[in-house]
Amino acid sequence: MLRFIFTRVSLLIPTFIGITLMVFLLIRLIPGDPIETLAGERGIDPARHAQLRAAYGFDKPVIVQYGLYIGRVLQGDLGKSVITHEPVISEFASLFPATIELGLCAVIFAVGLGLPAGIVAAVRRNSIFDHGIMGVSLAGYSMPIFWWGLLLILLFSVQLGITPVSGRIAVQYFIEPTTGFLLVDTLLSDEKGAFASALSHLALPTIVLGTVPLAVIARMTRSAMLEVLGEDYIRTARAKGLSPLRVISLHALRNALIPVVTVIGLQVGVLFTGAILTETIFSWPGVGKWLIEAINRRDYPVLQGGALLIGTLVMTVNIIVDLLYGLINPRIRHARPGGGGR
Amino acid sequence: MAAVQTTGSQMKIRFDRLAAATALALALTASVNAKTLVYCSEGSPENFYPAINTTGTSFDANSQVYSRLVDFERGTTNVVPGLAERWEISPDGLVYTFHLRKGVKWHNHRANYKPTRDFNADDIIFSIERQWKPENPYFKVTSENHSYFIDMGMPKLLKTVEKLDDYTVRITLNAPEAPFLSDFAMEYAGIISKEYADAMLKAGTPERVDQDPVGTGPFYLLQYVKDSVVRYKAFPQYWGGKAKIDDLIFSITPDASVRWAKLQKGECHVMPYPNPADLPAMRKDPNVTVLEQPGLNVGYLAYNTQKKPFDDKRVRQALNMGINKKAIVDAVFLGSGVPATNPIPPTIWSYNGDIKDYPYDVDAAKKMLAAAGYPNGFETDLWAMPVQRPYNPNARRIAELMQADLAKLGVKANIVSYEWGEYRKRAQQGEHQTAQLGWTGDNGDPDNFLQVLLGCEASKPGGSNIAKWCNKDFEALTLEAKRVSDQAKRTELYKKAQVIFHEEAPWFVVAHSVQYKPVRKEVVDFKLSPFGRHTFYGVDMK
Amino acid sequence: MSVEARPAMRAPPHPLREFWSSFSANHGAVAGLATIAILLFVAVFAEVLAPHSPYLTDSTAFLKPPFWQEGGSLAYPLGTDAIGRDILSRLIHGARLSLSIGISVVAISLVLGIALGLVAAFSRGVVDFAIMRLMDIILTLPSLLLALSIVAILGPGLMNAMLAVTVVVLPHYVRITRATVIGELPKDYVTASRTVGARTMRLMFVVVLPNCAAPLIVQASLGVSTAILDAAALGFLGLGAQPPSPEWGTMLADAREFVLRAWWVVTFPGLAILIAVLAFNLLGDGLRDALDPKLKR
Repeated sequence: MLRFIFTRVSLLIPTFIGITLMVFLLIRLIPGDPIETLAGERGIDPARHAQLRAAYGFDKPVIVQYGLYIGRVLQGDLGKSVITHEPVISEFASLFPATIELGLCAVIFAVGLGLPAGIVAAVRRNSIFDHGIMGVSLAGYSMPIFWWGLLLILLFSVQLGITPVSGRIAVQYFIEPTTGFLLVDTLLSDEKGAFASALSHLALPTIVLGTVPLAVIARMTRSAMLEVLGEDYIRTARAKGLSPLRVISLHALRNALIPVVTVIGLQVGVLFTGAILTETIFSWPGVGKWLIEAINRRDYPVLQGGALLIGTLVMTVNIIVDLLYGLINPRIRHARPGGGGR
Repeated sequence: MAAVQTTGSQMKIRFDRLAAATALALALTASVNAKTLVYCSEGSPENFYPAINTTGTSFDANSQVYSRLVDFERGTTNVVPGLAERWEISPDGLVYTFHLRKGVKWHNHRANYKPTRDFNADDIIFSIERQWKPENPYFKVTSENHSYFIDMGMPKLLKTVEKLDDYTVRITLNAPEAPFLSDFAMEYAGIISKEYADAMLKAGTPERVDQDPVGTGPFYLLQYVKDSVVRYKAFPQYWGGKAKIDDLIFSITPDASVRWAKLQKGECHVMPYPNPADLPAMRKDPNVTVLEQPGLNVGYLAYNTQKKPFDDKRVRQALNMGINKKAIVDAVFLGSGVPATNPIPPTIWSYNGDIKDYPYDVDAAKKMLAAAGYPNGFETDLWAMPVQRPYNPNARRIAELMQADLAKLGVKANIVSYEWGEYRKRAQQGEHQTAQLGWTGDNGDPDNFLQVLLGCEASKPGGSNIAKWCNKDFEALTLEAKRVSDQAKRTELYKKAQVIFHEEAPWFVVAHSVQYKPVRKEVVDFKLSPFGRHTFYGVDMK
Repeated sequence: MSVEARPAMRAPPHPLREFWSSFSANHGAVAGLATIAILLFVAVFAEVLAPHSPYLTDSTAFLKPPFWQEGGSLAYPLGTDAIGRDILSRLIHGARLSLSIGISVVAISLVLGIALGLVAAFSRGVVDFAIMRLMDIILTLPSLLLALSIVAILGPGLMNAMLAVTVVVLPHYVRITRATVIGELPKDYVTASRTVGARTMRLMFVVVLPNCAAPLIVQASLGVSTAILDAAALGFLGLGAQPPSPEWGTMLADAREFVLRAWWVVTFPGLAILIAVLAFNLLGDGLRDALDPKLKR
């Protein structure tokens, strides 16, 4: 068992080096010079250009830049944004709670609807519920969420006028970011209506981001339940005359949950991809939008640091899920884990 | 929108205590509701140190906090007293003596720092030397890239900056420079507290000076949440008198259609950069006034006159006749621009109104092309900027329309684009055959357009004349106009130069954009800035 | 979705008829197949079917609504965009682009994925480790972030977007191939071929690979939908196909600013993406059910 944990965790190191190298090289290869990008129509004279390149360390050989970079990363220094001159890590820290808040709500939304939907579909196999739920979830799985978001804005914000179009909270509320999670901060503050405002801002982005995971979870729950329901011990339980509800909730669900939980864990990367698009559509002040902006503005350090932090985070979550899965299900210990799917 | 109580109770107590300091402020706060103005800004400021900023977005955010030695009068380009009450200029134009205002208070809302003295000459010296002298301990803090200070030529221009006494500063120049005062009215020259800087240096956190700004401006910064909101409160002891509004909020909203939706709902009161597509609806909305002012800018398509086939004037003229300018302005500017004929906007003196634009005439264009030896057209590139610029809302869409028009002449145009910095650099190197670009004027002088964009010096590789067009007659006229001081004479010369420009057709001039500012009816006395900035001191709410 | 999770899956050869009877029992799959057939038809005959050129601008008809709305006309059945181009014609031509994106991405990643997967499975040791680590790294970075970074390097454009998407989906094919091959290697027929003296190349392609076809076919058909979706997302962020190309994601990006004014320029391109992606997912699901004996009842 210890060996299993050790091998999994030791894989982190080459992966981490790989990610830093890749992120570093990717960004060095990008055409377009951040210093030129900052200049307007007037441009910039060569002497000053050289001076600024030196100031940002862009003039050294790539391999030296990488070495220096790794050295700093290991000390927790991810550099400073070329645009704002703020440390990358503090910008990340200030924006990350918004992404987490959105991501968590989306997961709660997806699990809250997906799990029961999958169970119903499995128990009522081939019924109209099953077909309906599976049809809808396949549509959800196929949804271009950037379009889905626009449609929801058209309907709920423009036509019906019941949800705000963008942002996290109406500006009249002055909330000190204690935890960074607005739902919590608004409850801690004494501003009336702030919590409701934060919640209404969260509604559409949550639905948009939660749609694909919802579909995946519903489908996964259904197939896991079907598999379990076909097992001998369930048949035995049924034969013993236990009520169907008891059979499903006590026996089947518990066993079916194992692969479902794994799938949820592996959705972290997928969620982040969704977050980039969702945050862009709703002007949600999170790290996804921040990275898109960094790409557009050639903000090397931000893109590097952001991708590194997110890659490391996704990797860590995946490994934890992997370990948990291995603990729950000893059969898997010797086989390789499956991929993340879409 | 109802005026909203924006502060927590603690804040309010502190605010009231401050307000008690002056009778005037006391009288103002006695009114029941705080006046709140929400401005839907287009993006997050880079930071709160104006000297290293380059974007209007950042200047809008930090200029509320700081004051400058001198200021631009709101809504104009006139220079008026700021922290300097008055000044004298020596007859040779080299020595400026500034007499500073007394009793100017620094913002005193920070928990970690309380100012012990009023503003004085030390702060001026410090603010200039921070950008000027590498040995200043703050030279490298946050960034050493003091863009505007350098772009305005200050390192070469300044000889000495001396403190004569606590309220008198003498600046000596190396050469006379007429726009020197205007240069110091720009945002980058915001005055920072030396006392605050020293305190933060001692505490080991010098960069706090730029993150938690302390200024002498009309508003102090209460809160900044990146990509969400910037909150200000009126500074009751502001030297010019407390602002008429109590709370100023920048609601950061990058999407133009969302800004408009918020303005409609009353969630914000002023918005910049509307979508041209939304303008008709804005004009119809009874709660909204659309302020407008022609901008100091021009957008154009430059033909590379050093490359075939555009070295032939007839080809350039033919294309000028073959592109439907009105359709472009209608479809892309959607009323937020006026079709352009000359390389300078009509608001600038010496604009030649007698010149008639090339007519849109496909047949004549075909004939002209055939005469030039291209009866079946040719293939060319057509560069389009990847980004929205003040003079061009959507270069790609314009390129698509031009492409369709050119196809009718048998000219196959391939749209090319690069990332913005790369684009400008390559175009200035002259790598293109045809490329779109534009210009926003700095000071409203024709020279700022004609020599900068069409002069021979600028036509060299890397220069901003991307038509790479160098015409002797045009050059002679514009150089002469730079030397003479009589404006009537200059006007005459510039008008002649525009005739040559028209005949030689180095550009297809697209349009001059118009600055639009939708403002809600409850906002009183908001003034458009010729520089496209947003100043909220002096604005009131009904 | 979970094909990869079943490395030890056995795929006995199906006679085509048996396959078809089980496939056609799945109405969704048949609907998917039919939709794809229609899309293919539309794509091939785009020039004939489209009422206008997708690039033709009409300066008298900016942002005309669809025919059933006031102000619309049958000349432009689904309305026009901001510079007066017929939306229906652009959608029809867009089908061609989206299908070619989907199919070429899958073809390239299938070829590369099989090659890398076979090499990894047969060589084991350092080569295997290196290949699989690289695939892990690619999988660790969120797919869109990676694709964006690649496009940022290569420059925006249809080809580069396709390349980026190919890189992003590649690990799935490598993993499936490797896992199924490793599952097959200890089997008797492989050992038998080995003892007869078959060379590695022959073992790889002739003996083992055909037996791994089923999961790859399923992944490929699902992969087309992923490719269409990812390429559209890149287009939406302005980094995919460039205007005036009628790629659906790019059309959406262009239409965004009119969301409050002209619902049709926003609605139709997205609907087209959804339909195409849904069709390939239905087909993939159907194929999986038909090819996977475990789920067949």
